[in-house]
Amino acid sequence: MHTGLESPTGVWWKPAHRAEKLWVAIAFGWCMVLFAMMPLWHWKGGQNPTGIRHRVTAEAFAQRTQEFIDTYRVGEDAGIPVVEPPPGSDIYLVGAMWSWRPVLRLRQGVQYTLHLSSVDVNHGFNLYPINVNFQVVPGYDYGLRVTPTEAGEFQIVCNEFCGIGHHLMVGKVIVLPAEQTAAVTGGAP
Amino acid sequence: MSDRFRLCPTTGLKVHAQADALIKANAVVATVALLIGGISAVLVMLTRWQAIHLLPADWFYRLLTVHGMNMLIFFILFFEMAVLYFASAVLLNSRVAAPKIAWSAFVLMVAGTGLVEWTMFTGRADVLFTSYVPLRAHPAFYLGVILFAVGALLVVTIFFATLVVAKREKTYQGSVPLVTFGAATAAIIAVITLGHGAAIYIPTFLWSLDLMHVDAQVYRLVWWGLGHSSQQINVAAMVSVWYLLGGLTVGAVVLNEKISRSAFVLYVLFISMASAHHLLVDPGMGAAWKVWNTSYAMYLAVLASMVHGFTVPAGMELGQRLRGYTKGLFEWLRKAPWGDPGFSALVFSVIIFGFVGGITGVTFGTEQINIIAHNTLRIPGHFHATVVGGTALAFMGVTYYVIPLIFRKRIAFWPLARIQPYLFAGGMLVFSVAMTFAGTFGVPRRHWDISFQQAPFEVQYAPAVDLVIGVMALGGLVAAVGGGIYILVTVWSVFFGQPMEKGARA
Repeated sequence: MHTGLESPTGVWWKPAHRAEKLWVAIAFGWCMVLFAMMPLWHWKGGQNPTGIRHRVTAEAFAQRTQEFIDTYRVGEDAGIPVVEPPPGSDIYLVGAMWSWRPVLRLRQGVQYTLHLSSVDVNHGFNLYPINVNFQVVPGYDYGLRVTPTEAGEFQIVCNEFCGIGHHLMVGKVIVLPAEQTAAVTGGAP
Repeated sequence: MSDRFRLCPTTGLKVHAQADALIKANAVVATVALLIGGISAVLVMLTRWQAIHLLPADWFYRLLTVHGMNMLIFFILFFEMAVLYFASAVLLNSRVAAPKIAWSAFVLMVAGTGLVEWTMFTGRADVLFTSYVPLRAHPAFYLGVILFAVGALLVVTIFFATLVVAKREKTYQGSVPLVTFGAATAAIIAVITLGHGAAIYIPTFLWSLDLMHVDAQVYRLVWWGLGHSSQQINVAAMVSVWYLLGGLTVGAVVLNEKISRSAFVLYVLFISMASAHHLLVDPGMGAAWKVWNTSYAMYLAVLASMVHGFTVPAGMELGQRLRGYTKGLFEWLRKAPWGDPGFSALVFSVIIFGFVGGITGVTFGTEQINIIAHNTLRIPGHFHATVVGGTALAFMGVTYYVIPLIFRKRIAFWPLARIQPYLFAGGMLVFSVAMTFAGTFGVPRRHWDISFQQAPFEVQYAPAVDLVIGVMALGGLVAAVGGGIYILVTVWSVFFGQPMEKGARA
């Protein structure tokens, strides 16, 4: 018996005590359970961070977002354009120091493909109050298939430090209840 | 300085004068960094506590950068350099290989630190610890990090060279002690880490001079090879210190060299891939890459910590039983030296690292939980439990042995020193848990104003968040008092303390 400060002499590669073996076996077994859960949950779980991934230049993404805004614009909120894209379409959200554009008006229970990118530095997409988070990296178009399940107003908080105005960077998503028709949605809420 | 040796009266180890001086120099700079990081910690925390909201936005982010760099890089790595000299030269009764290079490495690291501190305090590097490109800092910031890393890499090389010298000069019998073996794995991980550091900071330095392009996602990928692996240096060094403190405080024995050493090897093999869990919600990588790196690779590194989490306390129990505390199941624990700050720091370090830091960290490594945890306060809640409650606390504990054994000074303010680990561990535990809870409400990390007073749209967190943040701040203040006592005790002991005579520590 010696402490960890002393040099063991002779052969120290010896069988371990039963208790120690048992613990290593339990720990290894548990690690294997976790190991299996990871791919299993990826296949079985309903919510994965994997999306459609493309490289995109800041200019191209900004232009695509602007076209999207021009096409589906229905109003303005706090100086930010509000858009209402057709259900099931590709929707664009761009992070820039220090705002999220545009304000999205979506329909409950319909799947959209949300394209996220930044035109300057890294930003963080955090959906308040349901707490869903994605990294928004300049140069990459992160296409996520999203289905709003709840109606109401949601805010997008930037949670990656992006400079001195980081705390000003809040965007908005409005989800209209499934039964509401397109007719009542003209103008800002 | 000569090549003299002295005999340590307490441990019987031969201590090389150069090792002595290098350990002292590195420990002193580490403590200065801890002081700077600690003061900025309190200011940052009093800003996040919205009831006080102390700093303006620019100084909040500036001091958050200062806090991260000083704590996670300067304090911890200077301390680890001291650990490397101790685990090689002192534990093996050897001389330090190439002392002149060792001192130049120290100068390089101090120079790098100086450059980084200058750029941060003058507002030239408000980019936070991660300095994600294309957020831009002054080129001197990146240059400072590079100089520091080169110095650290030299110290690691000298550590390996000292192992060779000791073996060749037959300064010890048999194999190296477990503590040295653990330190060697920390050193190997340091090489991996610093390699990633070079691979990212050199291009970033050139980018800051407009000489090349750095992709934002590639930066995050390679940077986390540095950022996460550096925390694994801390883990390996901390576990080595656990074995060291166990031996020093209660004569803890090594249950089985094979098991403990194999566990250290697992860290080396699997930890750098585990960096991938920082990128689980990033656009640049696919599912297969994410799942492979964060499950297979990470869980085998976790296995290593699970093994140490058993062998360290079991070794302590056996050590105590060999000392005669054999009554019942828990006499060994009841009669343990709870008044020895080295012992209490060790126990709390194991508990906080394992139960709070470890469990939260492993859960973040899954895709779905990462979606609800990424960049929220859950993340700093986790790593304050691992790096502060775990590593920093273990390092504090071992300082109460470094001062008498290396500085040969009695520990000043002994009654304060005895309660220091209790305050620090208790405060840090409350701080980390409260911070994690706040994160579960989606509260972002690295954010100046979560009341969003000037934002275009209203965000109002659940009222519970105010309470939890208040509890976090109180825990943090208690921990800060503990940290302050640590600095007071160590600085006073080293510079104004009474010289040691005959082994009496206090």
